[in-house]
Amino acid sequence: MNPPCRFTPRHTLHAVLLWLMCFSALPLHASAQSPAAPAEARTGAVPAAQPSFEQLVQQLPGGSLRDRTATINQLSNQRDERLADIFNALLAGELLADKDTPPTIAIRSGEQLTDALTGTALSDSTGLRRIPVNNNLRTQLRGQVAQLHLNHSDTDKRYAAVQRFIRDGVNADTAALLHAHQELEESDRVQGAITTALAVYRLQSADSGIRQAAINELSGSLEQEARNALRGIAANDADPELRAAAAEAIESIQGRIGFYRFVENLFFGLSLGSVLLLAAIGLAITFGVMGVINMAHGELIMIGAYTTWGVQVLFPNLIEWSLLIAIPAAFLITALVGIAIERGVIRFLYGRPLETLLATFGLSLVLQQAVRSLFSPLNRSVSSPEWISGTLTINPVLSITYTRLYILIFGLLVFFALMLVMKRTALGLKVRAVSQNRAMARAVGVRSSWVDALTFGLGSGIAGVAGVALSQLTNVGPNLGQAYIIDSFMVVVFGGVGNLWGTLVSAMSLGLINNFLEPYAGAMLAKVLVLIMLILFIQKKPKGLFPQKGRAAAD
Amino acid sequence: MKLKKMVKQAGALGVACSMALTALAAQADTIKVGVLHSLSGTMAISETTLKDTMLMLIEEQNKKGGLLGKKLEPVVVDPASNWPLFAERTRDLLEQHQVDAIFGCWTSVSRKAVLPVIEELNGILFYPVQYEGEESSRNVFYTGAAPNQQAIPAVDYLKDELEIERWVLAGTDYVYPRTTNRILEAYLKANGVADEDILINYTPFGHADWQNIVAEIKRFGSTGKKTAVVSTINGDANVPFYRELGNQGVSAEDIPVIAFSVGEEELSGIDTAPLVGHMAAWNYFMSEETPENAAFIKTWHDFIGDTERVTNDPMEAHYIGFNMWVKAVEAAGTTDSDKVIDALVGVEVPNLTGGVSKMLPNHHITKPVLIGEIQNDGQFLTVSSTDELVPGDAWSDYLEGSKNLEADWTAPINCGNYNTASKTCLGAQPE
Repeated sequence: MNPPCRFTPRHTLHAVLLWLMCFSALPLHASAQSPAAPAEARTGAVPAAQPSFEQLVQQLPGGSLRDRTATINQLSNQRDERLADIFNALLAGELLADKDTPPTIAIRSGEQLTDALTGTALSDSTGLRRIPVNNNLRTQLRGQVAQLHLNHSDTDKRYAAVQRFIRDGVNADTAALLHAHQELEESDRVQGAITTALAVYRLQSADSGIRQAAINELSGSLEQEARNALRGIAANDADPELRAAAAEAIESIQGRIGFYRFVENLFFGLSLGSVLLLAAIGLAITFGVMGVINMAHGELIMIGAYTTWGVQVLFPNLIEWSLLIAIPAAFLITALVGIAIERGVIRFLYGRPLETLLATFGLSLVLQQAVRSLFSPLNRSVSSPEWISGTLTINPVLSITYTRLYILIFGLLVFFALMLVMKRTALGLKVRAVSQNRAMARAVGVRSSWVDALTFGLGSGIAGVAGVALSQLTNVGPNLGQAYIIDSFMVVVFGGVGNLWGTLVSAMSLGLINNFLEPYAGAMLAKVLVLIMLILFIQKKPKGLFPQKGRAAAD
Repeated sequence: MKLKKMVKQAGALGVACSMALTALAAQADTIKVGVLHSLSGTMAISETTLKDTMLMLIEEQNKKGGLLGKKLEPVVVDPASNWPLFAERTRDLLEQHQVDAIFGCWTSVSRKAVLPVIEELNGILFYPVQYEGEESSRNVFYTGAAPNQQAIPAVDYLKDELEIERWVLAGTDYVYPRTTNRILEAYLKANGVADEDILINYTPFGHADWQNIVAEIKRFGSTGKKTAVVSTINGDANVPFYRELGNQGVSAEDIPVIAFSVGEEELSGIDTAPLVGHMAAWNYFMSEETPENAAFIKTWHDFIGDTERVTNDPMEAHYIGFNMWVKAVEAAGTTDSDKVIDALVGVEVPNLTGGVSKMLPNHHITKPVLIGEIQNDGQFLTVSSTDELVPGDAWSDYLEGSKNLEADWTAPINCGNYNTASKTCLGAQPE
C-alpha cells in the first residue's frame, strides 16, 4: 500500500518512477538517476540546510529501511568519489556501523576494516554491525553502481552495467553516456549490448524512419529488453508498416531463440545424464559385474559427500582446493567401507540375491541412522569453490553453469578411467575372469575372494567420488543416497547388466529423455513416463540395451 | 566440539528414554507430556529440533516448580517418519503411558494419521507447523500458521509492495502445497490476475535437477512484467533449487522467491550467498529483537550446549502451545482433557515477537505475519510485519467448498465445520 518512500511528495515521485523504470522499457525522463535530478532535489526536497556527504553517510545505519532509501537517493545526487566504494560495500553487505553518535561507518574487505569517510584503517571491530539492505535498496543501488561500473576493467561488469541501463529504461542522458562509451568499448559483447540499448532508445523516437531503422537493428538481437520493446511496437505503434516490421523481427528472433533453447535442453539433458552416470557407474561394477544387488549403494555416495564436508571442516583455508582433496579421500574412505561391507556381510550371501537385497537394504538404514546419530540429522553445508560457481554466458538466451559443465566432464573422466582399469590392468583382468567363470579363474590361481573384495571396494570408491560431485548439486544429508538408488539401478538395468558402455549410453539417453519430456509433462509425470517406457523396453529386451553375448552371458 | 554435542544429545536422549521407562512404573505424582516427533527417517531433519525444544520447555517448567504441584515428565517416542506408526505411537502414548497432552507431528499426512486416534481416545494434540488449513478437530490445537496467516499476507506483500504481476506457484507434490496453491490461485484470480500470468509447477519430494524448471521460470519472467515465485517447495529440495537459481544468475531483484517452508534451520545447511534477498513468510524470526526472544534463544543455547544452533518458527509455536496448555491446566485445576480443552479457548500468552497470542474458538491462534529477506548470515531481515495479530482461519474464504464453513468449539455451536449458510454442522468430514 505505502509507496516505497514517504519523505516528501517529490521523493515519493522519484521512488515510484524508479520502480516503474525497473519494470518497463518506457521512456522516463524525470528520473532520480538523471543528472538533472540533483538540482531539483536541492531546491525541491531539502529546502533548508543541505546535509553534507558525511552527515548523509552517518544517517545510513539509523532509521527504517524507508529512511535508508531516501538517504541513498540523496547520496546518489552527491558526486563524491567515496560513493562507489560505499555503495558497493552496502550492496555486498560489507558496510558496517557501530551504535555511537555519530556512528563510525566502516568498509570491510576480507579481514581489513577501513573507515568509509576518512579512509583510515580500523583495528577494532567490536560493536560494528552490518547495515541491512533489502531488495528495493539493492535494486536502487545496482542502478547507481551500474553508472559507476561502465568504465570498469572487467568485461562482465561493463556488460552488466549496460544491461542494467537497458532494464532501467534508456533516456536521453544515458543514451548520450552510452554513445560516448561505445567509441572506447573493445568487447564485442558489450558493444552489442550498447547497440541494443541505443536502438531500444531510438524506438521511442517520434520519427517513424528512425524507428524503422531501430527495428532493423534489433531484429537480430537476443536481448530480452529488445524483444519486449519490439513487442510494444508490434502492438501499439501508429504506423501499420512498422507494426508488421516489428512482428516480423520478433518472429526471426523467436526462431533463433528456439534453436538456442534446443541447445540448452541438450546440455541440460547431458548434464542430468552425467549425474546419473556418476551415481550408477559404481553400481555398474558391483551389480553389473559382480551381480550383487547392493541397496546400500546410495549410502556409499552419501559417505563420499560427507567426506567433502569433512575435508572442508578440517581445512577451512583450502576451500578452493577442497574438491580436489576430497576426490581421493572419498575414494579411499568409501572403498574401505565397501570392502568392510563385502567382507562382513556380502561374502556370506553370494548366490542368494534375495538375502543380499534384504541385508544391504538393512545396511543402508543402519548407515543412514549412524550418520544421523554421529553428525546430527541436519543437512551439512558444503560450500562451492569460486572456480566452480557462476555461468558461462554464450549469449543472452544461452548460458551454461560451470558446476554442470565440470560435472559433465568429471563424469566422463571417471567413466574412462574405470574403463582403463577394467581393460588394461591386472585387477581388471582378474575381475573379468572371476565374473565370467569363478571356478576356472580359481583353477588358474586367481584368489577369487580377494578379487571380490577389491572389486566391491572399487565400485564403492567410485560411488564415493560421485558423492563429491553431488555435494555440489544437492543436499548433503542422511537422505542423500535414497534419492539416487532407484535411478542408479534403472540406468544399469537399462544399459545392460555387466556392460560399462551400456551404462554410459543409458545414463545419457535417460537424462535426455527426461529433460525433453519435462517441459511438456512436468517433473512428476516425466519420471513416471520414463519408468513406463523402461518397463516396456525391458519386456522387449530383458537384458537391456547392450546384453552380454557368448559364454559370459550364461548364468 | 561435535563430539561434545553428540554426547550431550545422546545424553538427552538417554534421559528421555529412561524417563519413558520409569513412566511404566506408574508414578502418579507426575504429569506426563507426550512428545511425538520423528527422530529417525526423512523427517528427523526437522522434527528432532522440536523434540529438543519440548524437553527444554518441560525442564524449564519443572525448574519453576512444575504444574499443579507435580513435576512434568516427558514421554518421548519415535514414529520414525512413518505415517501409520504415528497413529500407533499416539495410541501407545494415550493408552499405555496415559499422557495428558501430546506435542507433535510435522507433516500434514502424519497429523491426518493421528487424527482418528486422538479423537477416539479424547487426547490433546498441539500441532506446531504451518499447514494448509481445511481442518479443525476438537482434540487438536493448531499453533502453526493457517494459510491466511502466512500465504495470503505474503502474496499481498508481493502484490502491493513489490508490484508483482506474474506469479509462479512452485511446490512439492503433496497435500500442503497443492491446497495452498489452490487457495492462492483462487485468491490471485479474485484479485484480477489473468490465467496466463500464473504458472503452477509441482515437483517430486527431494527433487534435485532444477535446470529445466529454473530456465522455465526465467523465460516466464522475461516478458517485462515483474515476476515472483511463491515457493511451497519442501525442505530438502530447496538447496538444489536455490543453487540452480544462483547458478543461472536469477537474483532476488529480478525474480524474488518467497518461501513458506524455508526457515533459519533449513538455511543453516546451505551456503546462503546466492540466496540473499529472497524472502520467507513466517510468524517468527530468530532476528526479532524482543526481550522474550533474547531470553528464549539464551535458554535454547544453554540447553542444547551449542551457540551456533538457530531457533525457528515451529519452535516458537511449541513455546506458545506449551505455555497455553500450562495456563489452561492451571485454570482448570486438573489435566482432565475435556476440562482442559474447554479452558484452552481464550487463553492468552505472550509470543516471542512482542505480542500476546490468543487461542481462538476454532483451535487456531492469533499470530503476527512477518516477511523477511534472507541475509548472508542465514538470518532474516524483517521487511514487513502486520500491525496487529492475525487470527487463524481454519477454512479458507477463497475456496468454493469451504468459504461458508467456520470452526467453533465453544457452546452452542461446538463444531469443526459449521456451515454458516445452512446453519448446520457437517460432522465428520465435509465433501
